[in-house]
Amino acid sequence: MDTKLRSILPDHELIRLYEQMVLCREFEEACAEQYTKGNITGFLHLYSGQEAVAAGATHALHGDDYVISAYREHPQAIVRGADPRRVMAELFGKATGICKGKGGSMHLFDPNLHFMGGYAIVGGQFPIATGLAFAARYRREERIVACFFGDGAVNQGTFHEGLNWARLWELPVLYVCENNFYGIGTEVHRSSALADIHKRTCGYDIPSERVDGMDVMAVYQAVKHAAEWVREHSRPYLIEAITYRFRGHSMSDPGKYRASAEVELWKERDPIPNFAKRLLGEGIAGQPLLDKVRETAAAQVAEAVKFAEESPWPDDDEVFNDVYV
Amino acid sequence: MPEMTYRDALNLALKEEMRRDPMVVTWGEDVALYEGSFKVTRGLLAEFGEKRVLDTPISENTIVGVAVGAAMAGLRPVAELMTVNFALLAMDQIINHMSKIRYMFAGQTHLPMVIRAPGGGGSQLGAQHSQSLETFFMHAPGIHVAVPATPADAKGLLKAAIRDENPVMFLEHELLYNSKGEVPEDPEFVIPFGKCDVKREGKDVTIVAYSRMTVLALQAASELEKEGISCEVVDLRTLSPLDADTFVVSAAKTGRAVVVEECWRTCGLGAEIASRIYENCFDKLLAPVERVSGLNVPMPYSRKLEKLCIPQVGTIVAAVKKVMNEKY
Ligand SMILES: Cc1ncc(C[n+]2csc(CCOP(=O)(O)OP(=O)(O)O)c2C)c(N)n1
Ligand SMILES: [Mg+2]
Repeated sequence: MDTKLRSILPDHELIRLYEQMVLCREFEEACAEQYTKGNITGFLHLYSGQEAVAAGATHALHGDDYVISAYREHPQAIVRGADPRRVMAELFGKATGICKGKGGSMHLFDPNLHFMGGYAIVGGQFPIATGLAFAARYRREERIVACFFGDGAVNQGTFHEGLNWARLWELPVLYVCENNFYGIGTEVHRSSALADIHKRTCGYDIPSERVDGMDVMAVYQAVKHAAEWVREHSRPYLIEAITYRFRGHSMSDPGKYRASAEVELWKERDPIPNFAKRLLGEGIAGQPLLDKVRETAAAQVAEAVKFAEESPWPDDDEVFNDVYV
Repeated sequence: MPEMTYRDALNLALKEEMRRDPMVVTWGEDVALYEGSFKVTRGLLAEFGEKRVLDTPISENTIVGVAVGAAMAGLRPVAELMTVNFALLAMDQIINHMSKIRYMFAGQTHLPMVIRAPGGGGSQLGAQHSQSLETFFMHAPGIHVAVPATPADAKGLLKAAIRDENPVMFLEHELLYNSKGEVPEDPEFVIPFGKCDVKREGKDVTIVAYSRMTVLALQAASELEKEGISCEVVDLRTLSPLDADTFVVSAAKTGRAVVVEECWRTCGLGAEIASRIYENCFDKLLAPVERVSGLNVPMPYSRKLEKLCIPQVGTIVAAVKKVMNEKY
């Protein structure tokens, strides 16, 4: 916290991080509204509260690194460069969606951004991440794989199998655990024998660390360092980002298993206003600029909703396309 | 008889069996403190305590495997898979272990366990969360498969499942949880496995269905009645054991049959049922058996496309009219 922001990144990049977090929050809150209106259906898992992880981590990656994630992934796709309009259209099930309306909220994908998908089977992404890394190394590419997952996912066999392989075959995977303390209603101590998730890599001889996932700069710095290490050594590394989701597990979860005092405490640690304070305090941005950032994001999200509303539904014939390619 | 929801009927069955037999225990993801993703286990932790009602890590293969071990050692576990889609992560324990242990060890052990799993499509949950996998379990010898359509069946079949000495895949339909019906209060109300239920009598055509497809078939039958077509609706209730006698007798009587399945058409249970009908009463049929199935595609999210993938009342009505107009 003592380190001055400017010593880490130039002003425009700091502002960019702020913009991204604000855009993600605005996007997710708009999703909640559209879900209530019935325009978005199915499961909707919102990321509000965890923005510092997606923004900080993604900023530390190279443009051609692979990113793979779970179902709470709209912001991860957006900070990677996905067009919010096409993401929103996907959630509406429209033909203009990022997956033509076939994937939905939990299954965003864009190979041009090397965003290799959101998966709804908890732990499904681990072996796939290992395979992406294998291919990258086989093809002598510089890229690494950033694999995002939750605290609940580490009890799947795929986590342990994937980590072991990545170390055994010396594959460049950076594991980023977003520990928000809950897998639906089950608190991490009630599901993990060792709840300090970063420590669980010792069985695979994989270095790891824990970082404050509510602090975008802390995430950025940790991921920057780890990603370089992974790239240089072609070996896996794990970061456990401590974070919190402000909403229920999904829109259908009232979240009664968390005391409201607990939620309030974490809301004081909201990564967005806290980063704003630092930007102001260090003279990197004035209030008018920050206000402008919010207005721009809100306008961008409103435009995304409008685009989704006005977009056509997929043609019926589309139902048979893409089963085989 | 009191009216209750399918969810409450299941809940009651669990409670009654847990009261009746202290060897009945239940576990799964979020079943205890959270009372289940679909609230089927509501009140269980409060009544039976954490020794018998347990939350587990997200480790499906182990959720099932631990039940196998516990059942071999004298308990009667009811394991919940949050949804049937995750049974695919437990297929090793289900098929390689659970289904074979009695036979492979020459019947020297019983395996009284139940795996409860909600499933089915229609809520825009996308390709990985909308599957109808009933045929997968029906395919393997050594597993009983229950697919209740009504609250009463849900209660009676779950109680039978828990009392059975064999492992049961108990497949609940997510869109039926809120459906209501009369449910017998008698705690000894148990529905034996392997008995179809003729849910509606008719003379022109037999509709064979299960789970939510039975509900749709009954709606289709009411519509068709207005047009003078009399449908007999045979609800399978269990896919394994499969009571072919009942639907064969019905098909022989009406001379026409439509099978409705939510699963994928290719190698779906509809093919098995059609084949049983052909094998046993081909000479009585007036028209080829028609199959109404889920489309052979992974489920698309978009509600417009999703609707095309799941049998609807309209598709059943159309299929019945088709067999009525066909002839051998
Ligand atoms: C294999 C599998 N089992 C269960 C589920 C149901 N489920 C969806 S999310 C979830 C909790 C995951 O928690 P965590 O990994 O901490 O991610 P978070 O939701 O907190 O982002 C569960 C149990 C699933 N989708 N896939
Ligand atoms: Mg979590």
